[in-house]
Amino acid sequence: MDSDPINRVQERLAGANYVADRRLATATFLALELGRPLFLEGEAGVGKTELAKALAAGLDRPLIRLQCYEGLDVSAAVYEWNVQRQMTAIRLAEATGRDKASLERDLFSPEYLIKRPILQALEAPAGAPPVLLIDELDRADEPFEAYLLEVLSDFQVTIPELGVVRAATPPIVVVTSNRTREIHDAIKRRCLYHWVEYPDAQRELEIVRRKAPGASEELSREVVAFVQRLRAMDLYKAPGVAETIDWTRSLLVLDTVSLDPQTIGDTLGALLKYQDDIARLQGEDLGALLEDAKSRVAA
Amino acid sequence: MSGELAPNVLHFARILRATGIPIGTDKVIDAVRVLPTSGLRQRADWHATLSALFITRHEQQAMFDEAFARFWRDPALEERMRAMLLPKVQGRTPRAEAGGGRLAEAMYPTGPTPPKTLEAPPEITVDAALTFSATERLRTLDFERMTNAEWEQARRLVSRMALPVPEIRTRRQRPSHRGTRIDLPATLRRMARAGGDLAILARREPRMKPPPLVVLCDVSGSMHRYTRMFLHFLHALARDRERVTSFVFGTRLTNVTRPLKDRDVDDALAKVSAAVTDWAGGTRIGASLREFNYRWARRVLGQNACVMLVTDGLDRDDPQALGAEMARLERSCRRLIWLNPLLRYEKFEPRASGIASILPHVDDFLPMHNLASLEDLARQWS
Repeated sequence: MDSDPINRVQERLAGANYVADRRLATATFLALELGRPLFLEGEAGVGKTELAKALAAGLDRPLIRLQCYEGLDVSAAVYEWNVQRQMTAIRLAEATGRDKASLERDLFSPEYLIKRPILQALEAPAGAPPVLLIDELDRADEPFEAYLLEVLSDFQVTIPELGVVRAATPPIVVVTSNRTREIHDAIKRRCLYHWVEYPDAQRELEIVRRKAPGASEELSREVVAFVQRLRAMDLYKAPGVAETIDWTRSLLVLDTVSLDPQTIGDTLGALLKYQDDIARLQGEDLGALLEDAKSRVAA
Repeated sequence: MSGELAPNVLHFARILRATGIPIGTDKVIDAVRVLPTSGLRQRADWHATLSALFITRHEQQAMFDEAFARFWRDPALEERMRAMLLPKVQGRTPRAEAGGGRLAEAMYPTGPTPPKTLEAPPEITVDAALTFSATERLRTLDFERMTNAEWEQARRLVSRMALPVPEIRTRRQRPSHRGTRIDLPATLRRMARAGGDLAILARREPRMKPPPLVVLCDVSGSMHRYTRMFLHFLHALARDRERVTSFVFGTRLTNVTRPLKDRDVDDALAKVSAAVTDWAGGTRIGASLREFNYRWARRVLGQNACVMLVTDGLDRDDPQALGAEMARLERSCRRLIWLNPLLRYEKFEPRASGIASILPHVDDFLPMHNLASLEDLARQWS
């Protein structure tokens, strides 16, 4: 048994096919140890959401995911009364002549409550808290952020008709943001902050090996070298790790053994998602770029 | 045992606070608690632990790294960390001061004299000239103080002003008599109040909200006469509305949103003045817009933002490149408004190449040259 706790976290994540650098593993360890939410920020496609999934798999905990969007409110994030069922119950009660007092008690019982992700995460059994992934918080609006602040500090929600629901063991919370707007400092201060960088060549190669196992060693090396070279260019949106994996898989489907300018040109759409970037690259000498990428890796 | 750890972490946190990174006491307590398990194997872990706990924005990383390198610079630190015998740096930190060399001021509040050390470990070396960000000779502008009357006038103007950006429909609902959607929970509550009888249906409608506003303000030489007035306008705007992001540019782009948040207009403008290095110089509109498009557009143009571009459009750079950046900007925002001080001349014709490349891409083209024109704007828009 390894005595280094950060190594252990790294191994757990690796067991779930997530290659974390030591810094990210440290932040993850701290989140687990201190019971603070982990706030992950970074470009799209660097593996923020994937970390939460790997954490759930590695710890063998359920993953509860809350995808944020504009207008997300308590009824979609926490709980909602099933009004249609309540109304049906009222009609039935009228028909059968049931007494009003017991009906009222029943109407606001958990039976008529629709539990949304946050409530589900708080109600999990003690001892084995789930991983609560609050994905792309930057897409939600400020009022939801303010509400979340309350949930994240006390790990409890109040349902007026039922009372307070408090987590027996606080869930492991992972919050991600693509930074399409700034998240308020008040939220971040409650969390451990980690900026997820693009991986270096060695780590990206390891990721490709795990996520696209069919690719030959040579192809994987070339793919990673080329992607790393692209990131050094001044592109509107540099390819993320997700794009690297997609591209490798696309190349596999096309039975590519080794990269050549023609194949790269044909499959650029898997790697670059803005027309300006694709046009720019098509104007470049792809062969020379590929050679340059290979030589950089060899050096 | 851990006697030296807590004071050192505390002191380090105080230094960071003085550089403007807000750190709660809870974070310091957590750091002291967890460092013995997480940080003792490698210096990098020590760094990663404190960094994850203490910073809240990616921009703070550089300041943190610098402070970390200086504070925990002792080369024999790793062994000494194990023994919890950390070097002590003496001296209390004062309140934060804005401006360059914040770290230098924070660490050595009394000036560049090296602090005396209690245990006097000779490893601690102190750079006499800690020039953190003062390396560049900053070209700053002294703002004259606006008179109270002027300021009051501007403030009133802005609070009355309805910008020519229609409110946008959000996905949130609010109760309304004329709404098209039926609010079932509210209807049920009404029925309960009515004793189970039929009740009037409760309705809802989408809530309306002004969109986020992004202002790109030209502060180059040709705009010099209007800059001060417009920055006052910006300050009032930023304080009056939510979700306003402000940038100024001459030859390069500077985000001045945070400095403008200061309640006092003179303090705010002094901070802006300190942050901007290219006052009243040349203009490179195309390059500045490109920087905005590449570095900021995705971060600040979400949620249907409107862009207000304040410039005279006099640019000597490549008009084609400028046109391309304008086209991209037009595509990435909901509405693009151009405020141009030159528009006051009646015979103004968009013949200058820069103006000709901007004009096809804007939704509104309006004059802006003094408080009176702002007043006109307010009248026109409200």
